[in-house]
Amino acid sequence: MAGETAAVSMTVNGKPITANVDPRTLLVQLLREHLRLTGTHVGCDTSQCGACVVQVNGKAIKSCTVLALQLQGADVLTIEGLAPADGPLHPMQEAFRENHGLQCGFCTPGMIMTAVDIVRRKGHDLDDRTIREELEGNICRCTGYHNIVKAIAAGARAMRGGGAAAKAAE
Amino acid sequence: MSATGIGAAVRRKEDRRFITGTGHYTDDINRPGQAYAYFLRSPHAHATIKSIDIKAASKMPGVLAVLTGAELAADQIGNLICGWMIHSKDGSPMKMAAHPALANGKACHVGDPIAVVVAETLAQARDAAEKIAVDYAALPAVADPAAAQKAGAPSIHDIAPNNTIYQWHLGDGKAVDAAFRSAKHVTKLDIINNRLVPNAIEPRAAIGEYDAGVGTFTLWNTTQNPHVARLVIAAFVGMAPEHKLRVIAPDVGGGFGSKIFIYPEEVVALWASKRVGRPVKWVADRSEAFVADAHGRDHVTHAEMAFDQEGKILGLRAKTIANLGAYMSTFSSSVPTYLYATLLSGQYEIPQIYCEVDAVYTNTVPVDAYRGAGRPEATFVVERLVEVGAREMGQDPAELRRKNFIKKFPHQTPVIMAYDAGDYNASLKKALELADHKGFGKRKRESARNGKLRGLGFSTYIEACGIAPSQAVGSLGAGVGLWESAEVRVNPTGSVEVLTGSHAHGQGHETTFAQLVSERLGIPIDNISVVHGDTDKVQFGMGTYGSRSGAVGMSAIAKALDKIEAKAKKVAAHMLEAAEGDIEFKDGKFSVAGTDKSAAWGDVTLNAYIAHKFSGQELEPGLKEGAFYDPTNFTFPAGCHICEVEVDPETGNTDIVAWTAVDDFGVIVNPMIVEGQVHGGIAQGVGQALCEGAVYDKDGQLVTGSFMDYCMPRADHLPALRVDTTMTKCPSNPLGIKGCGEAGAIAAPAAVINAITDAIGSEGLTMPATPHVVWAALQKANSIPKAA
Repeated sequence: MAGETAAVSMTVNGKPITANVDPRTLLVQLLREHLRLTGTHVGCDTSQCGACVVQVNGKAIKSCTVLALQLQGADVLTIEGLAPADGPLHPMQEAFRENHGLQCGFCTPGMIMTAVDIVRRKGHDLDDRTIREELEGNICRCTGYHNIVKAIAAGARAMRGGGAAAKAAE
Repeated sequence: MSATGIGAAVRRKEDRRFITGTGHYTDDINRPGQAYAYFLRSPHAHATIKSIDIKAASKMPGVLAVLTGAELAADQIGNLICGWMIHSKDGSPMKMAAHPALANGKACHVGDPIAVVVAETLAQARDAAEKIAVDYAALPAVADPAAAQKAGAPSIHDIAPNNTIYQWHLGDGKAVDAAFRSAKHVTKLDIINNRLVPNAIEPRAAIGEYDAGVGTFTLWNTTQNPHVARLVIAAFVGMAPEHKLRVIAPDVGGGFGSKIFIYPEEVVALWASKRVGRPVKWVADRSEAFVADAHGRDHVTHAEMAFDQEGKILGLRAKTIANLGAYMSTFSSSVPTYLYATLLSGQYEIPQIYCEVDAVYTNTVPVDAYRGAGRPEATFVVERLVEVGAREMGQDPAELRRKNFIKKFPHQTPVIMAYDAGDYNASLKKALELADHKGFGKRKRESARNGKLRGLGFSTYIEACGIAPSQAVGSLGAGVGLWESAEVRVNPTGSVEVLTGSHAHGQGHETTFAQLVSERLGIPIDNISVVHGDTDKVQFGMGTYGSRSGAVGMSAIAKALDKIEAKAKKVAAHMLEAAEGDIEFKDGKFSVAGTDKSAAWGDVTLNAYIAHKFSGQELEPGLKEGAFYDPTNFTFPAGCHICEVEVDPETGNTDIVAWTAVDDFGVIVNPMIVEGQVHGGIAQGVGQALCEGAVYDKDGQLVTGSFMDYCMPRADHLPALRVDTTMTKCPSNPLGIKGCGEAGAIAAPAAVINAITDAIGSEGLTMPATPHVVWAALQKANSIPKAA
């Protein structure tokens, strides 16, 4: 098996990329090891923790659960692409900072990518219960979720206003 | 209070890199030429290793080395150690069995590392490991701590007959027995404190790199205490002398204790890097973490509390069997002894306490400190005894607590600790108000109308934190001192770097430590950097655990800042041509008392370095000071948590409907961060109470070995948390800080279980109180015919 590679092309954070990968390569491995986009994390090996959540074609997925070769031609957005590197933060990123929605930061990229997807599906006025139910696929071990829930509610409201980074991500 | 000083809810300086995905965790670091390590681990809980055949594996594509315990021994790589000596009551030392980084002849738990493959890619290393042929002779195994001491139990290490590591005790057994003889009422409980898996979301990782030209090693490692790791790997494992080993702990994604310890994998990564002449990277996958990271808790206890006719506590006695797993992890011996029995007085005046602890080996993953470490176990014992005692005697649980609270400080308990300050009634009173305790009866009736059982549980906990005075812990067996170091480097332009021996892995030190400097020097917080986690930058430090970074780490910074201020005043005196004693320093400005002459911070720092205003004979140029701070006592955070639950009798499901926490942490540096710490601690404590529990089957296989089997709280397990504080200043350090990192995890389990048992009217519950456990307890309680 080792030695065989296959080519795959996709768009990652707006840039076209092509990579030759071992067929068993997962999307998260392509991002982290081939493209050195290390903001997407791996916290488990059973698709439970959500630290690896990215967007593929506008929808949140767990990048540990999809093979890179399945994504020929796809449009992938990672935490690094959510806001321009030196520009303003995405409103959801800003909300996490403002509401102390992170401590060690390891689950945070997955939380933020999930949060943006919750807003896409559920709108800008999110109640506590909706947010907590929607976070079923993301585990945080530091915060007790209290401030993450607050951050997502605030970030969702702020995204209504748009903001340059939010528009770029849409 | 300034906008960025002590007490301000400053937003965190470290957040930008984490919310933009630009942090640097160990797995984000890649070294030129790096190879990958994969560990072959024992599938058996207990087995003799008859032979290991590596021939086929060595020939697999990309393989650079296949290494076993035989090579480790041949290279004279030393064993891992436990650094806290405990003596048994008969005076004999604890029975520490050899713990090689790769098993040598015997596997003692599922996951025990047997061999390591180093290859060009991780996939190649993994593939090659499948080709290693290990001939095991399986042995009978024991996982249950109470069973481990019984006659006929499998013997795990020859050094420890009956698998017993030590039989330790604390307190005056005879005096306690006398107190019990005079008691009006005795409450008795059998308690299992369930085994937990810490599960920081970042798995452990290590990169070892050997530089043959200069003979130095570098280790990038997910550790909470890089200097302690360096000390142990140098002095005990013997990898390299201390000055030839650099340990870097970059961004670390949570620890909760599990990243304090020195583990086999980082030793092997370093050793293998020298063997293959390439940097070697290892990253745990989650299944591996479950059988390789130290677990927490795992006590079996019988405890009794004696009361007089008024409900005053006369005495407490407890007998605990503590499971330390297959090997003694770095600080494991201290957890069920000096971090446990010393807290059995809780917030109460208890004249006599006696505790016996047997620590045992089992064929399970080593057990060591996990958030709270001994103190959650102690709190659970005390707070369950008090609550059940109140119910048995028909007294109000809050009132019984109040009656027994310690009210005068300092207070010497019968179990070593001298509490320095506190006001336990204040936190109870405030918590009762915030929780609307008066309205509970009405809420209970409403729940009943909806077919639900409502219950309320208290936990008025205490912890000993900020560990601790070095002399004190040394006298108790610690192999290290527990002071902290700091260095404050002021640059010519006035910006400041603070080097600290503390290590942040979520606590926000880059912000809170900068707040102290901003307040003291009157400079903007953005002009301050906090440097930690690199033994080449920070000279030495003891790291972060036991809620010690504020009380001890920041006190060291405060001490260094005192020296900075004193030196800067000398520089200013020369600049302003005034006597040093006339220089005043306030809000970042030096002025001459009684005049309008002054110099700004930046002018003084520049002058310290250009040294034009004084001669080298008068004053040394530069502005850099260091300090070591050793505290005078532990700190004693305490508080009251009230949990309100609704149990569905049909399903046994428990909903936490309200949580009120009122904690006394002394002086608070950043209330936003402190609240966050409390939230997280409560979540882990609720996890222990409701859903977490490592389960071993009778053969020593870990049944709960993944996030699909080991249930941790998700967002919908928890309500919004009501968190508040009261304050008595800690007199034992210059900043008055007590520490907040563990409080939630310590307080929560007892609060939850007290609430559920209140709701269902039965004490027969073990943690985790899953719906099945609660439902079964309800069925059992309902099947007992009520006395007519």
